[in-house]
Amino acid sequence: MKQHLRTAILITLVTTLLFGLLYPLAVAGLGQLFFPSQANGGMILQNGVVVGSRLIGQPFSSDAYFHSRPSAAGNGYDPVAASGGASNLGPTNKQLVDRVRSDVEKLHAENPAAAIPVDLVTTSGSGLDPEISPAAAEFQIPRVAKSRQMSETDLRALVGKHTLARQLGIFGEPRVNVVELNLELDASHPKH
Amino acid sequence: MTANGWFQIGLYALVLFLITKPIGVFLTRVFEREKTFLDFALRPVERLIYRLCGVDEGKEMRWTEYGTTMLVFSGVSLVLLYLIERVQHWLPWNPQKLANVTPDLAWNTAVSFTTNTNWQAYTPETTMSYLTQMAGLAYHNFASAAVGIALAIAVIRGVSRHESKTIGNFWVDLTRCFLWVLLPVCLIGSMVLISQGVVQTLKPYATAQLIEPQTVQTQGADGKTVTQTVTQQVIAVGPVASQEAIKMFGTNGGGFFYANSSHPYENPTPFSNFFQMLLIFAVPSGLTYTLGRMTRSQGHGWAVWSAMLALFLVGVSAAYWAEARGNPQLAGVDQHVSAMHSGGNMEGKEVRFGIANSALFATITTDASCGAVNSMHDSYTPLGGMIPLVNIMLGEIIFGGVGSGLYGVLVFVILAVFIAGLMVGRTPEYLGKKIEAFDVKMAMLSVLISSLTILVFAAIAVVAKFGTSSISNPGPHGLSQILYAYTSSVGNNGSAFGGLNANTLWYNASTAIAMLLGRFFVVIPILAIAGNLARKKMAPASLGTFPVTGPLFTILLISTILIVGALTFFPALSLGPILEHLLMNAGKAF
Repeated sequence: MKQHLRTAILITLVTTLLFGLLYPLAVAGLGQLFFPSQANGGMILQNGVVVGSRLIGQPFSSDAYFHSRPSAAGNGYDPVAASGGASNLGPTNKQLVDRVRSDVEKLHAENPAAAIPVDLVTTSGSGLDPEISPAAAEFQIPRVAKSRQMSETDLRALVGKHTLARQLGIFGEPRVNVVELNLELDASHPKH
Repeated sequence: MTANGWFQIGLYALVLFLITKPIGVFLTRVFEREKTFLDFALRPVERLIYRLCGVDEGKEMRWTEYGTTMLVFSGVSLVLLYLIERVQHWLPWNPQKLANVTPDLAWNTAVSFTTNTNWQAYTPETTMSYLTQMAGLAYHNFASAAVGIALAIAVIRGVSRHESKTIGNFWVDLTRCFLWVLLPVCLIGSMVLISQGVVQTLKPYATAQLIEPQTVQTQGADGKTVTQTVTQQVIAVGPVASQEAIKMFGTNGGGFFYANSSHPYENPTPFSNFFQMLLIFAVPSGLTYTLGRMTRSQGHGWAVWSAMLALFLVGVSAAYWAEARGNPQLAGVDQHVSAMHSGGNMEGKEVRFGIANSALFATITTDASCGAVNSMHDSYTPLGGMIPLVNIMLGEIIFGGVGSGLYGVLVFVILAVFIAGLMVGRTPEYLGKKIEAFDVKMAMLSVLISSLTILVFAAIAVVAKFGTSSISNPGPHGLSQILYAYTSSVGNNGSAFGGLNANTLWYNASTAIAMLLGRFFVVIPILAIAGNLARKKMAPASLGTFPVTGPLFTILLISTILIVGALTFFPALSLGPILEHLLMNAGKAF
């Protein structure tokens, strides 16, 4: 028994050193060597300033930008929110039903002709979803085009450029990266 | 539901089938100590570890000694994790200057990671330092997975050996699992994940200037509304990829971030998602082949595998259907699938995964004892959320956790041959061994401990203020939240109906007890069965032997699993998710 306890303590220390320290440090080294951009979070730099990550969504509220999905992370898209990023509202929770109803009313006033795609009125699990569905982007095209004083056709082409198809033609769902789309919009069609 | 969605699910099942044999063969070679292509690099390390730690690799252990050493190792490593959490503030690699973890939370977390549960009652971004995550939490992802696999191998030895007193050497099985199985796959796996965008850095959190600063209104301390302008976003990073690989491959499931595999830095692309799902089932599926190979009855291995696959496919189809159907209470919202969007119930789900990949992930993570999530189960439709719950209640034997899935299903195999024996009126046999009263008693004990712990704790929590005050979704969903918490802890799953506030003294203490019972008190009767089977003589198969291969056995095994699970949990389920489903369709909200 005593021998087992000794072995247990030693093996815990040795394997902690190997798998708790050497292994993650080795992965960090290899990652920084082969995939430096990814390993550091896919940060987007403008004039030497980090303006976001292509993987982490941001909140947008003015008419001139495509809006992200609603977010339950802090005040919206806060990656260090103390309570995490999910609403965790159940399907029969009044808070969920009321929140969606109020968002639907606002969106319906903005674009009465179109159906409201579900991802535009639901929060993501991470609260940081950088993407919206192509339908959610299409829904917002009239508003953004009007605000930026550009034609819907031009804007649709720009959205198309930032629309990702299924990965390798198979995996996941088609999607539009809101952060990258809005950055390009600012660069090519500055706000008036 | 779409053709592409079904295709992705089918493709997953196909790839899983294709990797089962190679993994099973490799695992057999590793634990039978045959030659492998990694020996040249790993054998010297292995010998060094034995020399340093005083392990005699030639020594075999009886089941009691095997069990004792397993418990001692788990205990020692649990204490180390607890200590690291309690003093992390003064240790290096804590760039965010996070405080020491409070005693009840540190205890709960130490138990949680040692038992391969990875139940998380905290928000990692604001609680755990990089060192705690690497040397404490990620380390235990390795250790608890190695323990689970070692136990499964020992149990298989018990089945395959005859007239033998011993079932292997725990230290040797543990070490070989660490080095041959977990290390190579995690090294490669973490690089695949980084290539997709998973972060791996020791730098402090990054700060980004928002593209469009936001004006937000918050409630101040005095209850008044305060308007403030948010111009920055603090982006949490860290050594994520190294933990992510073992989190999936060891069916641990504890996220580096609170959002787990829904976080874009843990699971950035649909391909990383597919890869992670495959890592979850890789070892559990391979072990069924190992079972067949080590017991020289490959047909038996495949019969068990087929039962698992059938239950998996039923689960994923039901979850996919329920989530694609959406939430009828969301009026004025387009939830119909089209080429432009995935439709369905998107609350708590990511656009890149949509409905099919969320339902698939939720099914896999709860079939196994993984508990990682790429979407929030609490926000699933009642029936969609019932599937993960039922998967865990059935004992996580649909492929199951690494090791625990296999030794868990063997309990049901023993019950199935016992029932078959009763039906034909002969002494039941399993692969040439007579199944006697002791074996069946131990099998039932292991099943009863789980069910009893879940139901008793849930019953206490639903009638006491300290239990119900943590509920965030009122109505029948509240019962589901509590039920899920204890089911997940006993099953060592770790996923949650996350709205439940689990960081309270009651939940930290009670779920910790549930996790310990669910891990160690379940496996000890199983080790006893293994030790007992190893001692028995082989009886030649006769005409009266019930075959444990082929479709008839697969169906009998599935029926046993479903009947035991359904009889135990149906009343609780009907008051939770089933009632909520009916009320949701009737337009009731709470």
